[in-house]
Amino acid sequence: MKDMNASDPLLKVRDLKVWFSIKRDGAMPWTPHDTLKAVDGVDFELMPGETLGIVGESGCGKSTLARAIMRMVPAEAGTVMWLGDDLLSISKRQMNAHRKEMQMIFQDPLASLNPRMTIGQIVAEPLKTHFPNLKDKEVKQRVREVLDRVGILPNMINRYPHEFSGGQCQRIGIARALVVKPKMIICDEPVSALDVSIQAQVINLLMELQEEMGLSLIFIAHDLSVVKHISTRVMVLYLGNVMEISESDQLYRAPGHPYTEALISAVPIPDPKAEASKEVMLLDADLPSPLNPPSGCVFRTRCPHAKDICAQEKPMLTDRGNGQQVACHLR
Amino acid sequence: MTDKLAQPFTQAKTAEMADRMAQEDVQGRSPWTDARRRFMANKAAMTSVLVLLLVFIFSIFGHSLSVFDIETIDWDVLGNVKEAGRPSLENGHFFGFDENGRDLYNRVVQGSRISLAVGVVGALVAVIVGTVYGATAGFIGGRTDSIMMRLVDIFMSIPYMFVLILLLVVAGRSITMIFVGIGLTAWLDMSRIVRGQTLSIKNREFVEAAVAIGVPTWQIIFRHIVPNLLGVVVVYATLLVPQMILTESFISFLGLGVQEPLTSWGALISEGVKSMNYGTLWQLAFPLGFFVVTIFCFFFIGDGLRDALDPKDR
Repeated sequence: MKDMNASDPLLKVRDLKVWFSIKRDGAMPWTPHDTLKAVDGVDFELMPGETLGIVGESGCGKSTLARAIMRMVPAEAGTVMWLGDDLLSISKRQMNAHRKEMQMIFQDPLASLNPRMTIGQIVAEPLKTHFPNLKDKEVKQRVREVLDRVGILPNMINRYPHEFSGGQCQRIGIARALVVKPKMIICDEPVSALDVSIQAQVINLLMELQEEMGLSLIFIAHDLSVVKHISTRVMVLYLGNVMEISESDQLYRAPGHPYTEALISAVPIPDPKAEASKEVMLLDADLPSPLNPPSGCVFRTRCPHAKDICAQEKPMLTDRGNGQQVACHLR
Repeated sequence: MTDKLAQPFTQAKTAEMADRMAQEDVQGRSPWTDARRRFMANKAAMTSVLVLLLVFIFSIFGHSLSVFDIETIDWDVLGNVKEAGRPSLENGHFFGFDENGRDLYNRVVQGSRISLAVGVVGALVAVIVGTVYGATAGFIGGRTDSIMMRLVDIFMSIPYMFVLILLLVVAGRSITMIFVGIGLTAWLDMSRIVRGQTLSIKNREFVEAAVAIGVPTWQIIFRHIVPNLLGVVVVYATLLVPQMILTESFISFLGLGVQEPLTSWGALISEGVKSMNYGTLWQLAFPLGFFVVTIFCFFFIGDGLRDALDPKDR
């Protein structure tokens, strides 16, 4: 591991592809499988201390991207450079050594906690896995500290997950991610199963922790206002392709891609008058099947501005200055 | 409350935190505690536990209540069992005599011991081997899973009673051989059930979380998968015990099982049936009674456990 500058990216993903081979219904054993391109050539960088929001419709490959970075699903091609190592090509043992630097928070707070373990055992698990030489007393002390930090009373360590509310369970999930003091946390829709007031608490907690510990976050969500609140930069995914990566403010003020435009116009405004006079840019047709994506630009079938070139050539992600990268022929 | 947390640490806050740290730990209520409470509320199951406990105590300490042993033949009774061999409390032969003039009480104690041992040990072997095998196959998946489960299919397609009888004929009739023969086949069903459960648990988020943390595979199996499928395993195990007892009894009934002077419920019932026509019904009634009561108890307990461990399934 080489020394890192503050300006060096923590994580550098290049041309990451995750393909699944799908057996067609009633297929013979010798017929070739279909290929589902869940993530098809994604490039991005994550700076230390930054939050990258990832947005997109259901099934656009957000979670698959996260799991591919953590090497929980095998990637077809590409590199994931983490502190100078390519996570996709190092051995399983080396990867496990890196796992304590990157943790994950899951969508369903209760389902992500083992119902047969006490929360003390759950939060202690990463510690015991990565620091097997720690004494039980030290583990317990550290678990109590981190639980206290996320707002769970430390004397609850002998309780079981079913005795907590959804918001509390998510705090426990955050404690489990924090206990090994990681550099990066991937949050896979951490608040979409919670109600709005609890969402705000959990997000504020995440932001405080980020500031305190200098964490980098990858924050996956489909709620644009949540992403705007927490993210430094936002990446917009569509059918496994990056449409746009922009500074958060820039993205909401002047979206660079027609798809981003459509997404942002669909965000409700908490003011009935403004909401009524607002123009929502509705997209035609449904999301195309990722088994058979459109040629050229994957968005062209629903794009109001599509031209001939969009069907022939796949647009590259190009820098538009002011921290905005857009993949579109027309802009 | 989040605003409060964001404030810099003051002395008061540190003291507050120290206070929170020092609080006595609260004991949680585990899913097992809940299940136990539900089980205790089930009258049929609790009665069965009590009765079964008595049967176990009978099989362990039964001999010390009687002055006779299982082998000594009372020559005065022999030939006149119907008249002189009746059960009686006065002469100490509580269950009467068997057809060969031996004390039936002690033979039933002996039979209970062997039948229960076969049932419990057989089920235990099946549970341990089946759980480990099924959980491993299910969790690893892919080709390993296919090979492991095809192997189970192959073993299952062999008629096991035939194998068991062959084994007893070829390798000699001994109690060890019965253990081996029953143990060899009983884990197959178990491993299938456990594999199915594992497949459903493996895709739950907490297992994914463990993978993301970097927990080694065998620890995931033993810490996350097995405890969560134990409910099903326990229920199936209680139903497996009577099945083992039935199998052993059937083998003994055929005359291939436990050999003299040892005996089992199946062997005793077999003898009782043979002498039914001579009017010595107690020779059938006592072993059969114990047999039926025990099997009923196990079934009721299994039922109660299922209700207690999976309240959604009712």
